[in-house]
Amino acid sequence: MKRVVCFLLILVSGLLSPAFLLGQDKREVLIRNATVLTAAKGVLENTDILIQNGKIAKIGKNLKAAAGAEVIDATGKFVSPGIIDCHSHSMLDAINEGTFAVTSMTNMRDVLNPKDIAIYRALAGGVTTANLLHGSANAIGGLNTVVKFKWGKPVEDFPIPDAPPGIKFALGENPKRTHFPALPNQSPRYPRTRMGVMETIRDAFVRARDYKKSWDDYRAGKTRIPPRKDLELEPLVEILEGKRLVHSHGYRADELLNLLLIADEFGFRVATLQHGLEAYKIAPEIAKRGTGVSIFSDYWGYKLEAYDSIPYNAAILWKAGVVVSINSDSDERMRRLNLDAAKVEKYGGVPEEEALKMITLNAAKQLGIDKRTGSIEVGKDADLVVWNAHPFSVYARPELTMIEGEVYFDRSKDIERRAALEKERQELEKLDVNKSNNTTAPRLPSEKRQAERDDAEYH
Amino acid sequence: MYAWKTTLKTLCAFAPLRLCVLILTLALTAFAQNDGSEQNVLGRAGTFAIQNARIVTVSGATIENGTVLIENGKIAAVGANVSVPAGAEKIDAKGLSVYPGMIDAATNLGLSEISLGVNASVDVAETGEMNPNAKAITAVNPHSAHVNITRVIGVTTVLSFPTGGTIAGQAAVVNLWGATQAEMAVVPVYGLVVNFPRIAAFGGFGQPPIEFSEAVKRRDARLEELRKYFRQAADYGRVKDAYEKDKTLPAPVTDLWLEALLPYIRGEKPVLFTAERERDIRGVVKFIEENKLKGVIIGGQEAWKAADALKKNNVPVVYTNIYNLPVRDDDPYDYLFEAPSKMAQAGLKFAISTGDDGPNVRELPVQAGLAAAYGLSKDEALKSVTLYPAQILGIADKLGSIEAGKTANLVVTDGDLLEPRTNVKYLFINGRLIPLTSRHTELYEQFKDRK
Repeated sequence: MKRVVCFLLILVSGLLSPAFLLGQDKREVLIRNATVLTAAKGVLENTDILIQNGKIAKIGKNLKAAAGAEVIDATGKFVSPGIIDCHSHSMLDAINEGTFAVTSMTNMRDVLNPKDIAIYRALAGGVTTANLLHGSANAIGGLNTVVKFKWGKPVEDFPIPDAPPGIKFALGENPKRTHFPALPNQSPRYPRTRMGVMETIRDAFVRARDYKKSWDDYRAGKTRIPPRKDLELEPLVEILEGKRLVHSHGYRADELLNLLLIADEFGFRVATLQHGLEAYKIAPEIAKRGTGVSIFSDYWGYKLEAYDSIPYNAAILWKAGVVVSINSDSDERMRRLNLDAAKVEKYGGVPEEEALKMITLNAAKQLGIDKRTGSIEVGKDADLVVWNAHPFSVYARPELTMIEGEVYFDRSKDIERRAALEKERQELEKLDVNKSNNTTAPRLPSEKRQAERDDAEYH
Repeated sequence: MYAWKTTLKTLCAFAPLRLCVLILTLALTAFAQNDGSEQNVLGRAGTFAIQNARIVTVSGATIENGTVLIENGKIAAVGANVSVPAGAEKIDAKGLSVYPGMIDAATNLGLSEISLGVNASVDVAETGEMNPNAKAITAVNPHSAHVNITRVIGVTTVLSFPTGGTIAGQAAVVNLWGATQAEMAVVPVYGLVVNFPRIAAFGGFGQPPIEFSEAVKRRDARLEELRKYFRQAADYGRVKDAYEKDKTLPAPVTDLWLEALLPYIRGEKPVLFTAERERDIRGVVKFIEENKLKGVIIGGQEAWKAADALKKNNVPVVYTNIYNLPVRDDDPYDYLFEAPSKMAQAGLKFAISTGDDGPNVRELPVQAGLAAAYGLSKDEALKSVTLYPAQILGIADKLGSIEAGKTANLVVTDGDLLEPRTNVKYLFINGRLIPLTSRHTELYEQFKDRK
């Protein structure tokens, strides 16, 4: 009975909400008179964007909105698609299940923290969508989750429901645990070399192939006892069946190519090489297989396998016909991906719109969500950023960031709130419980959730 | 050991090998983008006239159409009407801008080639707590790949400093040019680096944070050690002075560690204190007052909050936090982007620096530009990576602006120096025309046309 009452209450409150009262298709936003960087069909000057029901309904001049529509005057401002970060660990409570070399049974969906302040800071840098990946401790890591940064919404609103599922692989120094030697009372984890990393992956796919056959045989009636469900191998079978995207961390050209050869051997395509700092050395081999590369723009040199990285990586790959995106792998870098994209114009002469695609449409393509987001085109989600200047200018900053027509970051409102927040902080600090002197200080919070983040910093 | 030396000697004496190295060097540097004649990594000296250029002098008004004349490594003349001597190489800079080379006043460039996992290439932190006599100039590698990679973006001078312990050692100001450390040096021994003891709740990896009172206790103990060390040096100095006046006293035993501190406790040279939070910065100022030191803050997240104390003691700030996240979740999202504009408003002397160990010092112009996106004027942003660091480092008589008589460290660009899309077209260090090549352009040339 109680449940029914609850349900009815929720239903009634829903019926009374402004969105419902206005009618779904009446929920309109009109962005007026902007310079629109479409990331698909060039730059449109003095252009309006009409948003209905979270989607881009019209793009043109002198568009009319329904009465009561929210109107944003963007005169003198620039509008770009929301930035898509193809490699992030934001809002994750845990990143590496580093105990095994194959952890395909783990899922980032289980460790989402919708209150991670990194989300808000990313929105303030124009990021609307992110590929949340397991860390790089394991040759085969956990399953990814592609989310939109709907700050303030419940956690179940974050994942993009129709984004194809994916998984993290890793090659090189991290899965061979170069920077994480075994503790004195531990035995070292296999693998310890690039040879072992490749064999770990090959072994997993041999097991997955056998497992798949056992199910195929059972379903075909060739065997009578159902095989035991294997949570480790199920995702790998999905890879073999082309249903799950492989996003593989790797640096050196040889190891990247060796993974592509293993994929050839088992008949699947690698969706993206993540980082791919030496991908430029094997651009034709990557292009031939239709594999995307998601790179840093010019971040390099922090470890041996990052020493041959060059800022011309994007240009060489782009010229070879590879779909390239630029990612952050960092809560900090994430806030300035627009400037990272700008740099590839300088290094190798990538045209402006192609450079912009590297933080928008190309990332959407790599994640299989380009039908709904990544560019400013009619019918796509209204994931947009309003900038005070061209986003490739160092003097630019996001003024507004919206997802599906809803504003999640508004700089003017953020600034308005600051005085009140500062006052609240000061009042809290004055409370007896927070008074500190050298002898009786309050206990510090025992542990921050971020403490679980171990080697994310090592890229 | 002996065998190695012999082998080396034999190899070096083997003339064809030298030839090979020469040919290899020539081959690797044959990719100069702007000027095919600039093939040597050390560049080429000469008399150069950069003409028809927009000259952003930084110290004075911008000259919309003028000439910069470079002679004997120096800026010989600058202005709208400069007479160019016969025989000068003319560079037509129509549509281009000339800026002073940028200066990053807090890096570890040259002390670390690959920071993670390649310990043999890392010389940033000496072992132990007190190493005042460790000198960066003796470990900066003139042939580090970071030198060329950094300068081709327009950063021509850096401060390189050691990092370990409480007293880390002495920092060097170097140009990003030279075959030897002496050739690089602008101020070989510039200042003493002190990691000022701070209240830190960090309890170790995987450990819970320590109690605040315990953190205070630990800070106080480390601070007392530092005070004691400075007092010891002062005593050592007095003993030496006394002996100078009266040679009948017992001759003092030379102590390289305490000896190294003398110019600092006497206020002759600056002490660079790393400090971020307001309470730590105020602690530094107190220490400076107690010991009558010349001080500089490196880091400076909340320096603007302690502007009164810093200004009173003429302590400038080298701000290294543009690419850091705000420490507290409830800090404004742009807290660290905005800090330079707050320092400017408070009238503090400051420079913007990457604080990077090498690879990313080339981010300096973008970092300064970001500060301008969040409140700092564009003019101040440019000064914060040119004239202001020169003033803080005490080299403004030589560097930091385009003025006759200064060292010709110049960058010629096709746009705003701080914009990420701007290209450097010509580069001069010590008046030498430097090739725009680096390890990165070399790898690019090797692989860009691979089919």
